Amino acid sequence: MSAVHATTPVPYRVLARRRETADSVTLDLVPAAVPLRAFRPGQYAMLYPFGTGEIPVSTSGISGHTLGHTVRAVGKVSEALCRAERGDWIGVRGPYGTAWGTPPAGSDVLVVAGGIGLAPLRPLIVETLDRVGEFGTVSVLTGYRDPGGQLFLDDLPGWRSRADVLVTVDRPEPGWRGATGLVTGLLDTVGFRPGHCAAYLCGPEVMMRAAARELRRRGVPAERIQVSLERNMRCATGWCGHCQLGPVLVCRDGPVFGWDRAEHLLSTPEL
Amino acid sequence: MDTTAPLVELDEQGLAALVDALRQRGYTVIGPTVRDGAIVLAELASAEDLPHGWGVETEAGTYRLRRREDRAAFAHSAGPQSWKTFLHPPRARLWQADRSEDGTVAVREDDEPPPRYAFLGVRPCDLRAIAVQDRVLTGGAYTDPVYGPRRAGAFLVVAECTEPGGVCFCASMGTGPGLPDGSAHDLALTETVEPDGLHYLARAGSPEGADILAELPTRTTDGARARAAVADAAGRMGRSMDATDLRSLMAGTMTAERWDQVAGRCLTCGNCTMVCPTCFCTTTEEVTDLTGDHAERWRRWDSCFDLDFSHVHGTGPVRSSARSRYRQWLTHKLGTWHDQFGSSGCVGCGRCIAWCPVGIDITEEVDALRAEAAAPEG
Repeated sequence: MSAVHATTPVPYRVLARRRETADSVTLDLVPAAVPLRAFRPGQYAMLYPFGTGEIPVSTSGISGHTLGHTVRAVGKVSEALCRAERGDWIGVRGPYGTAWGTPPAGSDVLVVAGGIGLAPLRPLIVETLDRVGEFGTVSVLTGYRDPGGQLFLDDLPGWRSRADVLVTVDRPEPGWRGATGLVTGLLDTVGFRPGHCAAYLCGPEVMMRAAARELRRRGVPAERIQVSLERNMRCATGWCGHCQLGPVLVCRDGPVFGWDRAEHLLSTPEL
Repeated sequence: MDTTAPLVELDEQGLAALVDALRQRGYTVIGPTVRDGAIVLAELASAEDLPHGWGVETEAGTYRLRRREDRAAFAHSAGPQSWKTFLHPPRARLWQADRSEDGTVAVREDDEPPPRYAFLGVRPCDLRAIAVQDRVLTGGAYTDPVYGPRRAGAFLVVAECTEPGGVCFCASMGTGPGLPDGSAHDLALTETVEPDGLHYLARAGSPEGADILAELPTRTTDGARARAAVADAAGRMGRSMDATDLRSLMAGTMTAERWDQVAGRCLTCGNCTMVCPTCFCTTTEEVTDLTGDHAERWRRWDSCFDLDFSHVHGTGPVRSSARSRYRQWLTHKLGTWHDQFGSSGCVGCGRCIAWCPVGIDITEEVDALRAEAAAPEG
């Protein structure tokens, strides 16, 4: 049966499951019958593991009709998704929301991620690296609480061959030889032209605010800085009201916003 | 509609014939009726169920029925419910899902035909509220599967307002007490109490409305008394709101001290959101049976005053203070609603004032915010 209503999940199956960290997994989902419309990097799906509920999850991989979703177990539904096994049924709705704006040809590309925030950025990184010759420098800066939180370790060798990929952690463990401290501290270690740069930020709001301010200070235009915001969402279709953020509905007008809009939205406490 | 045709009116038998005609056409007729000490909206078996001879007294935190000296059926201001109870019900099942032994899940949408409602006695303020919810629930990229079909099949009989209440301010919001030009509806009535009984000036607003009106016993009228009654009502509103550029006023209030003042009174109970005819927020519930193989997705009204409403994993509620939740409600209703849906979310019905347990008055809050914005710094 094909879904008629926007609220009805479409059947998908788990094609593959990869454990990323102690509390997160990546699921590759394939349509059980009719695929949803194509997703663009930055957009999200509503995922429904049978009998639990539904949550919004950005795509971390887009390959033909196969959707990658990286999920951290933080609640009942995300825990059920993390427990899903190959072959399991997952209901999917989407694609929803705004996509990352494509970097202009010739610009430097700067990706700044905090923790699981790297997941919504992964399809953008993959697309950018596929066309790496069209851009200047490509840099991927990631910050994690501890080394065990690192995502997509299998991707890193391939990414490093075409981009500067730097990792920092807040709490180093014995044997950690990488950087420590905030991800904004890595901005000094990579080369990008502030006036010819497209920056993509995703992570905790405090991290995105700090990184965006630092980039603005260096002269990156606000509209060239994009962020992905997170709010409670029940419907994804603009009806439930939970994702209200001042003048915008994050489900519909986001999750990706230019910093020219987002700065104001994130500067009002409890908006 | 043909504006050169003579005006017609119904008498009380004509109104009864209208209810009968709607029922004969298969409509479930919903209208005002007295129940539990209030005028509620419920199914009417006949025009006899209308609140003949009942009025209401409303004030901040107050709603009381009162006996009238006449038999007027529509001489009362808004009760606790609005038409959203029927178009956007408090609880609705979105779909059911069944899991079979091989793990396959079949998701089934409800295929029952939606109820066909005829709403009798829609006030102009509430007609605007329906138009506001139309924009929210059917005006975007997706059509709400519950609201959309119910709304599409609904027959709307407006009753212009001749007896505004103490908390009413539709005149200042431009939504009443008369029917504003261009409002989508099927029939419009204006009740007047005259020595020979009740008169209802009747105008069709749609082809179906014209068909039904043609079936009813009518007589011609000049409509003067009805027009005068509505004009008089505009001058008897219990309240008013200065609606001048509320959108930018609200946008500039983020750090206003008034929010702390109102938060000291607000119980964050959410009554205002429940009675508001435009508040649309919902949450979802996943319901499973004992076998674990049958699941249902239900949707129910939610309120931005609920602490969990803005919950984000890891960080908790975005709006944890009462101040921020009242600010969200008011600035959304009067300000950012414009940004999101191209209109104000307030229609001036006054329900939020009457049904607030501590009598918070939206018009008073707007006045205070306006005064604070106009006051010199420091």
